[in-house]
Amino acid sequence: MSITLSAGAVPGPRKDPEVALALGRRRKRADLIVRTLCVLATLVGLVFLASILATLFYRGFEAMSLRVFTHVTAPPGSEGGLLNAIVGSLIQAVLGTAIGTPIGMLVGTYLAEYARESRFGNMVRFVSDILLSAPSILVGLFVYQILVLPFGGFSGWAGVAALAIIVIPVVVRTTEDMLQLIPNTLREAVIGLGSPKWKMIVFVCWKSAMSGIITGILLAVARVAGETAPLLFTSLGNNTWSTDLSKPMSSLPVTIYSFAGSPFEDWIALAWAGALLITLSVLLLNILARSLLRARK
Amino acid sequence: MPGPFFFLLTGRHSVSQAATASPPPPTRAARGAGNLGDTIFEWACRGAGIFVLLLLGAIIVELFIAGLPAFRAFGLGFITSTDWDPVQEVFGAGVSIYGTIVTALLSIVLAVPLAFGIAFYLTELAPVWLRRPVGTAIELLAAVPSIIYGMWGFFVIVPAFATHIQPTLIDTLGEVPGVGFLFQGAPFGTGIFTASFILAIMILPFIAATMRDVFEQVPPVYKESAYGLGATTWEVMKGVVIPYTRVSVVGGIMLGLGRALGETMAVTFVIGNANRISTSLFGPGNTIASLVALEFGESQEGSLKLASLLALGFILFVLSFVVLATSRYLLRSRLKA
Repeated sequence: MSITLSAGAVPGPRKDPEVALALGRRRKRADLIVRTLCVLATLVGLVFLASILATLFYRGFEAMSLRVFTHVTAPPGSEGGLLNAIVGSLIQAVLGTAIGTPIGMLVGTYLAEYARESRFGNMVRFVSDILLSAPSILVGLFVYQILVLPFGGFSGWAGVAALAIIVIPVVVRTTEDMLQLIPNTLREAVIGLGSPKWKMIVFVCWKSAMSGIITGILLAVARVAGETAPLLFTSLGNNTWSTDLSKPMSSLPVTIYSFAGSPFEDWIALAWAGALLITLSVLLLNILARSLLRARK
Repeated sequence: MPGPFFFLLTGRHSVSQAATASPPPPTRAARGAGNLGDTIFEWACRGAGIFVLLLLGAIIVELFIAGLPAFRAFGLGFITSTDWDPVQEVFGAGVSIYGTIVTALLSIVLAVPLAFGIAFYLTELAPVWLRRPVGTAIELLAAVPSIIYGMWGFFVIVPAFATHIQPTLIDTLGEVPGVGFLFQGAPFGTGIFTASFILAIMILPFIAATMRDVFEQVPPVYKESAYGLGATTWEVMKGVVIPYTRVSVVGGIMLGLGRALGETMAVTFVIGNANRISTSLFGPGNTIASLVALEFGESQEGSLKLASLLALGFILFVLSFVVLATSRYLLRSRLKA
């Protein structure tokens, strides 16, 4: 009834109620189809994550044993573990983060506190964002050129430098974002009390953005802990126990890379154990960082 | 003693006073203690910014200089030549550039519909309590290290492709005239298509997260108006949200493309690593990053091969720089908001 009325009253192309109903049905159907496809797409994404985790847990736990943590890498057939790779990864990731974080924090502070709209600031922001997404293998090649070739060989320090370069843009982004969330009234209050600007930044801005900055650092550690390509050309790998940073140093990702591509069953098993270790730590760091950020909000 | 603001506030009176007796107002330079600290701190921050600029510049220059012997030896033909013969010392980037671009583009084709579906689901369809956990799970895909994708691809996806997916595609799509040649050949499981598939999963979270963020920035009033006119959810998406966010969506896709170009470890595991251009998508190939990762260990210091690999690195840098810069340009409105 109402359909005929409105169709009669309003001038328009579709006055026939039959046609209008059919059109309505078609629109509803299209909507339903798209909705279903979107749910399916989300499920597909989740299935990938589940499949990766399930494979890692299944193959990783099978290969996991105390030996992984107590023995160094050994030739196939002999009882070997991943101790040197784990320690090497820890040393390089921690040192790389320790070197990259202060630089990244200063750059982020510069962008948020000194150069918000300046031309130079925009340029730095642009370059930092490019570095954030640039292929990490190129960072490895670069460090090979400036630290490996001139200093006569692969070294742990070169690996640390490559990881530090990767850490910087991650910390820049989070530091700047977190500092920009701080209301300007807070800054004005501190300056109004007669404080110099650097004290305002260090004791007020950094302090109130601390949890966000820590989130950035955790994300940076998670990022470099899994990096393989830059370490291939810098710290290379080492099959014996070594904490000497001036010599080649092994790392979990590089060890996984060489073991997983080998034809030996026990090496492949060790690679899975290492893969499980690294993925678990990376995912835990990510979740920890997220919950820190959420607690702040 | 009146401070500097006293003079500003009291106008005329202050002028006469300042002109006669009272000492000049303490300027920034005379404040002393905090000032030196301010200068040092500001320059430390600016210096770090300059350092980042120099870093990017140094990467470009170093890679170019290191690759120069290859560019000298082969000229511009280096980019198009498909030779890679370490014995004859003849090197060309053609095959790996082709592989890099084809795998990256194909991964975009595979990832964009999925990413769009996920972003649409997360912003419009999912119940509110489900949005954060599902969103986090998708973002965690981005946190999984590249090497893990490589292992998973090699031990899970490659066998599945070899026994099920590729034989099916070869039997069905391989028979289609016109495009059939893309899906022919032996089902080894590895190859260009598998590499693109893994890449698609790796870039999926980046594209989906960007799309979700920009979809959320559409003013609710626009969507509500469309709903008020009787539009369905899909029509609101198609008629309001996508036109509003189009530029940023393309920016997000470019970001994914930039990531796909430089992925190394995952591709190295599954692409088959052969230096030839196959017509079939199931054929083996290589990318710039995978070729560098594989051949680097077998290159002598100062050899032409090493220079060629570094020249490849320079080309990859230029490629990803252009794509990432475009992405950032397209996403600039989102960055400002």
